[in-house]
Order: sequence, then structure tokens, then C-alpha cells
Amino acid sequence: MSENRVANLGSKFEPKLVAFMCNWCSYTASDLAGTARLHYAPNVRIIRVMCSGRVDPTFVLKAFALGADGVMIAGCHPGDCHYLEQNYKTMRRYALLRYTLAELGIEEDRLRLVWASAAEGPQLAEAINDFVERVRQLGPLRWSINWQEDGQREKAIEQIAHEHAEALEVPV
Amino acid sequence: MIKGDKNLRIGVYVCHCGTNIAGTVDVEKLRQFAETLPGVVLARHYKYMCSDPGQELLKQDIMEHGLNRVVVAACTPSLHEETFRRAAEQAGMNRFLVQIANIREQVAWVTDDAETALDKAKAHVAGAVRRVALHQPLERQFVPILPRALVVGGGIAGIQAALTLADAGKEVILVEREPSIGGHMAMFDKTFPTLDCAACILTPKMTAVKNHPNIRLLTYSEVINVEGSVGNYRVQIRRRPRYIKEDLCIGCMQCVEACVFTRARFPNPFDRGLGMRKPVYIPFAQAVPPVPLIDPEACLRLKQGKCKETCVVACGDRGAIDFEQQVIVEEYQVGVIIVATGYQIFDPSVIGYYGYGKLPNVYTALEVERLLNAGGPTSGKVLLRDGRVPKRVAIVHCVGSRDKKYHAYCSRVCCMYALKLAHLLKEKTGAEVYNCYIDIRTPGKGFEEFYNRVQEEGVHFIRGKVADVSPVPTGPGENGSSGLIITVEDTLLGEVRKIPVDMVVLAVALEPQADADNVRRMFGISCSTEGFFLEKHPKLAPVNTASDGVFLAGACQGPKDIPDTVAQADAAAAKALALIDAGQIELEPNTAWIDEEMCSGCKTCIPLCPFNAISRDEERQIAVIDEALCKGCGTCVAACPSGAAKQKLFGFEQIDEELEGILSYV
Ligand SMILES: Cc1cc2nc3c(=O)[nH]c(=O)nc-3n(C[C@H](O)[C@H](O)[C@H](O)COP(=O)(O)OP(=O)(O)OC[C@H]3O[C@@H](n4cnc5c(N)ncnc54)[C@H](O)[C@@H]3O)c2cc1C
Repeated sequence: MSENRVANLGSKFEPKLVAFMCNWCSYTASDLAGTARLHYAPNVRIIRVMCSGRVDPTFVLKAFALGADGVMIAGCHPGDCHYLEQNYKTMRRYALLRYTLAELGIEEDRLRLVWASAAEGPQLAEAINDFVERVRQLGPLRWSINWQEDGQREKAIEQIAHEHAEALEVPV
Repeated sequence: MIKGDKNLRIGVYVCHCGTNIAGTVDVEKLRQFAETLPGVVLARHYKYMCSDPGQELLKQDIMEHGLNRVVVAACTPSLHEETFRRAAEQAGMNRFLVQIANIREQVAWVTDDAETALDKAKAHVAGAVRRVALHQPLERQFVPILPRALVVGGGIAGIQAALTLADAGKEVILVEREPSIGGHMAMFDKTFPTLDCAACILTPKMTAVKNHPNIRLLTYSEVINVEGSVGNYRVQIRRRPRYIKEDLCIGCMQCVEACVFTRARFPNPFDRGLGMRKPVYIPFAQAVPPVPLIDPEACLRLKQGKCKETCVVACGDRGAIDFEQQVIVEEYQVGVIIVATGYQIFDPSVIGYYGYGKLPNVYTALEVERLLNAGGPTSGKVLLRDGRVPKRVAIVHCVGSRDKKYHAYCSRVCCMYALKLAHLLKEKTGAEVYNCYIDIRTPGKGFEEFYNRVQEEGVHFIRGKVADVSPVPTGPGENGSSGLIITVEDTLLGEVRKIPVDMVVLAVALEPQADADNVRRMFGISCSTEGFFLEKHPKLAPVNTASDGVFLAGACQGPKDIPDTVAQADAAAAKALALIDAGQIELEPNTAWIDEEMCSGCKTCIPLCPFNAISRDEERQIAVIDEALCKGCGTCVAACPSGAAKQKLFGFEQIDEELEGILSYV
């Protein structure tokens, strides 16, 4: 953990979060939380997508690049997807994404997958509060600092570039 | 720098929603902020944007100021997106160039602090402005609606909905899992609060279903698969064999008479096991269709292959009996679906201290309904399992309801049916009846009056939860049968009472059907936390679901009594009719498409689509999306490594810009 981050923990750090929510379950749940006037942490900004399966991993990376301290993906419960099974694809993508984030020097916990049915306004509000707390613990994202700290990184990139070149060679 | 049309002229409208938004968010500051955003040529705030003057304002501006994009910062898009799209369209703008920023449900209503709320609202507005800049004019998409309805579940809800649709001249396929339609209502003797005889009011409707030229009734059948979408659903229905041909049987019941089992000795589920049936049976006298069926687990011929087949002889020339009948699967195409699968009762045996399942004289209310029913196992005489007439009866309210351990919710009908049972038990047996309740809830037309009447009849009311039901400890009670003692804390007297009774009736909760999860998933319906099917909006769309063209009726949506069920069934039928008669429905034009230039033909997208909308054009070596099959989830778009898969309204650039917008300004 960087010095900066530790220094920041003491002061009142308000993380900035983005949440991608599917139209059918979780976005509706967030509306329900609103209708029920459930006050939850204001740190989250919600982007509506039709399905959690629409969340392109690059959106998540971009969010971090633009200064988000955490990203939430919220979808229908497994088995309840409006599009039958697309949230399972989200689930797989999520596992891979967390792995990738760790590789990039971003704590995996900055990405969270949440299931909330259209009836689960209170649960979603709770999940948002919980996530905000977790990210607050982690402190502000210092991607560039973490990035540079990793001595293995450059070697790894070289290695990947090498493998890439090999893979592109057309076998005779 | 802002992407999109160079000649952007975006108008931003901040709605006060009375004080709903303006009470928390400083709308003037938000407006000022919006004005600074790229492409915005006009920003206003207004008291109620959804009102006629609000819409007029929008239209005027579009025409006078030549706006070519609109952002409305207001309530959730599910409420008024359509309103503003329509207004924009009326002013000559393409309706899809409008974007909503949800600053009511997602900002004003959930945020304490005005300053934070303003920041959050700014972020949402900036996101919407950046996004809408990249919106493209789109054509509206409509799909035709097949004028045929599927109704699932033949309880009073399904019956009512089917009849209403059929009377309006629409074709209906009514699927019922049990051998007869009627549902729970067919089990009752009388119905509260009027005490109408259930059969007298239900049987005519059941018969009407059977005789209606527009209704195809499939009993003993279940929907096993649903494909397609609103307007054209393809459903597969599995039909179990009755071993008696419905079209040949005349319902004379001679086969039942003639069965080699001279005595009925198999428990009849319709009588909750209190009555017996033969291997060939009809579940109850008024069953519709009035066609008996054969239980393959009980019938000698079907079980062992050997029997004198006296039933076949009795049926004679009609030849309706067919031991070779198999399960068959039929397929139907329908435009709309009404789900009316009802409820099941809570199993009280899990609450040990009520003794249900162990103490023979502890009954569920539904069992007592059967005992009271003239067509029931005791021909309407209230007799205990040992043949006695009860002299003292305790009715325990809220069994499984209003109890965090089981169901936190109130089942709504139990107080009333408990009062009904108290009245009927007293009337038929003269017994002393004790109603042990937490609260009596009688909010309905004629309900409180009925409560008063039952009180006047001398039924005892004890406010308190029953903590225990035990056999009389001193051994056999009167007539050598074991009596019961209930322990109840009378909270009005402030003392624990022990009351000897010889019958305990448990007013059990109504809960979702055991297979409710499978059923709702098949039809794309969500559920509320307790498992009942979820309506699209609790107030404004009570019979719609998240799936267009799928409607709800009756107790599958939540506990309710017959009057409410029937009202809801008619509402569902009306909604279905409106759709059918409109002939078409508009779909969000958010389908995916392939940019042929960019597609590398890698096939990543193909297996991701559960609707088989994507295929590969082998000749051109690219993916092709059938937009008629695409439902617009965007999963393939997110996965395409070359960015060739695109989505209307949720394109990469649009979401990407929204992200930039919400993160870059505040
Ligand atoms: C003990 C008791 C007494 C009551 N007394 C009264 C009363 O006096 N007055 C009153 O107004 N209300 C009373 N009620 C409430 C009443 O039962 C309900 O309001 C009513 O039955 C709801 O009708 P429904 O059609 O929604 O559900 P149901 O009656 O449960 O009918 C559902 C039907 O759908 C069928 N089904 C289920 N799943 C499937 C499937 N997957 N495929 C095909 N078919 C399926 C079932 O077999 C059933 O026939 C009482 C309830 C109880 C428990």
C-alpha cells in the first residue's frame, strides 16, 4: 500500500463510484430504493444498460482511468436474467476482470458484482453502502503509483510482446 | 472535446417535480451547470416537465431554437421517457434523440445532503448530455401480436381471465396442471363474507369454460417451454395421459362404478387425503372436464398389466378407455400470456408445537373446508378423524404468516376465512369456537360487518398467539379419544390460558407454489422477496410484468381473496385484449447489428446469444445478426474483440461518453 494512500485514510475520503445496472432488475431496484426514500451513500453514479452482459470490460477500465475509485456491476440474480443466461456471462467476465485488475495493480475489491432483483431496493442500497465502505478502506485509487511500483511489470510486458510475436508467426 | 454531431443543439430541462426534486437539488444551480456543458444551447428548469405546459415548453423550444437533442433531468426513464419522446416527436424531432437523467429516484430521493445531491445530479446530467450527443435518429420498431392468448392455471383467476378474453372473441388456450379446473375455490363450501356457496358461483363458470367455442382447455397439462417474445410466443405443453379419451368419454362414471376395487382406498389429494378414491376416479363431482382419469400408480392394469378390465367392459362401445395413452407434447403459438398459477398453503408440520401431522385432530383450514363441503369426504358433516363431532374448537390465526421464522408477510385472507370457518363450524356443530388471533384484519367490503356478526354469534376471541397444542395429559378424553389442550397468552387479560378443545384448526399462510421459481423463470417474470410473482409497478402496472405481453392474475402475485383475484384477472384480460386489439407493440430499437467491414469472423459472439440470433455467413466469413430474434441485451457487443458488433441506443461510444460525462465534471 502506498504512502499516499495511508495518509489519505485519516482524512475524510469520499470515493467516487460508478455502477452499471441492468434495466430489468438492479436499475429497477435502485428506483425502488428511491421510491422508498432509502438514503444510501451518495458516492455512486449509475449507468443504465439493458443487461449486465452489456458491460464491456473496457468500460470498467475506462472508469478507473477516469478517476473512479470503484466500479459496481449489478444484474439480476442467477437464473433470473431477463435474457435467460447473460448474467452468467457477466459472472465469468467478472472473474477475469478482477484478475486483470490485480495484474494492473488495482485492488480486485474495487470491482464488485452484485445481484439485486427488481424487488430488492433495500438490499441494493445496503450493497452500495457496503461497497462504498470497502472502497473507502482501500483509499483513493492510485493506479499510476501502483503501476510503477511493480518491478515485474515491464518484464511481463516484454514477455507478452514476445509471445504475441511468436503467435503471429504463420507456421509453414 | 465533445464527440458527435458538429451542429449539436442540445436542450436540457431540469424538472422540479414539485418539491420532489427541487426540495433537495438546487435546480437553478443545476441548470447553470448544464448550460456550460458542450453542445448545450439552452437549459431550463420547470415545475413539472411531464405536465402539458412542461411538454409544450419542450416542443416550443425544439421548434423555435432548433434543438436537435434533448436531455430531461427528471424521474426514472421507466416513468416518463415515453412522454418526452412523444413530445419531441410531435415537435418534429426523432424520438430517440432524447435522454433522461434520473435525478429523482437516484438522486433527490436517496441523498440527505443538498450539496452532494447537486454534485450527483450534475454528474448524471453531464453523462446524459455527453451520451445524447451521440444518439442517432432511429426508426420505431413494431411487432405484430398473434390474436391468441395462453392462460396458465385454471383457478378462479385463470377461469375469469379466459372467459373474459374468449367472450371478446379471442382464442384462448387454458392450461391447468390438475385433472380439473377450479383451483382452491372449488374446495370450499362457502365463501366469505357473503357466504355464497362456492360451487354455486364457480361451477357455472367452469362449465362455461368447457363449452366456450373460443377456449381450448388443456387439463392435466403443464407448460414446459416458452420461446419467442411478445406477439409471438411458442409454448410447449406437456399433457399427461388420463388413460381415458376426453373426446369419447361422456362422463357417465360407469367405469368408476365398475372398477375391480369395490372400495375407494387411495387418498384423494383434492380432499387433502381425508377422502378416498378408486384407481379410476374423478377428483370431485363438479370437475371440469367431467372426465374421470386413471391413476397409473394404483390401477392394476397399468401397474401390473393384469386386471379384469371391468372398466373397459362398462365403457362398452364408447371405447373411451385407452391404456396405451402416452405423455404428449403439443406446441402452440400465442401472442400474449396470462400467468394465474395461484398459491399453495403453508405446511404447518414444520412448527412442532402445533402438533400438525402428529395429533390427529389438528387440521389445516383447507382440510376443514373439505370437511364442511357437501361434496367432501364426510358429505359436509364436521366429523373428527375418530368420527366424533367436535364440541370445542380452537382456530389458530397467523400460522406461518406474520412470523419472521416463516413468512413475515400477512396472508390477507386468513382472518376472514378463519371467521368464516368459525361461523360454519358453530352453525353445523354448535361447538364453542375460540379464535386465537394477533390482530383481526378485516379491510374489505362487508368484512368488518361479517366480523361483528360472528362475534354476535358467540364465537370467542382471544387476542394472543397459541404457544402450544398438546394432548390432554390425563389420558383418553371423552369417548376414549384424545382431547387437546391449547396454551395461549391472552394479551388482553394478561394471563396464560389453557383451553381444552377437541379440534384445532390452523389458519395457514398462503405461500408461493413449490415450483413458482421454475414457472416464473420460464415466463421471464421476477419475484418479490417472498417469492410471489412481481408486477411491473406496484401501483401503476399491477398486472404487467417485466416481460412484455406476460400478465399476472390472482394469488400467484400475492395472497388475495376471490373478489380481488377476479378483479385482477379481468384487469389482466383487459391488458391482454388491449395488446391484441392494437395488433402490434412497439419494441425498443436497441437491437445489435454487425458492422460488416469490421467483423473478422472470429465467431466469439455466436455462442453468447441464447436466442440464436447470430449466425455466420460462411461465404463472406462474417457474423450476421437476425434483428427479429435479437432481444437487445448487448452481451455480444461487449464481447466482440474487433468492435464490429454494435448496439442501437447502447452503443460503445454512447455508454463510453456517458461514463466520461459522469466522471469528468464533478
Ligand atoms: C382455507 C382457505 C379459505 C379461503 N376462503 C376464501 C373465501 O371464503 N373467500 C375468498 O374470497 N377467498 C378465500 N380464500 C382465498 C382464495 O383461495 C383465493 O383468493 C383464490 O383461490 C385465488 O385464486 P387463484 O386462481 O389465483 O389461485 P388458485 O386457486 O390457487 O388456482 C391456481 C390454479 O393454477 C393451477 N396451477 C398452478 N401451477 C400451475 C402450472 N405450473 N401449470 C398449470 N396450472 C397450474 C393450480 O392447479 C390451480 O388450479 C381462501 C383461502 C384459503 C387457504
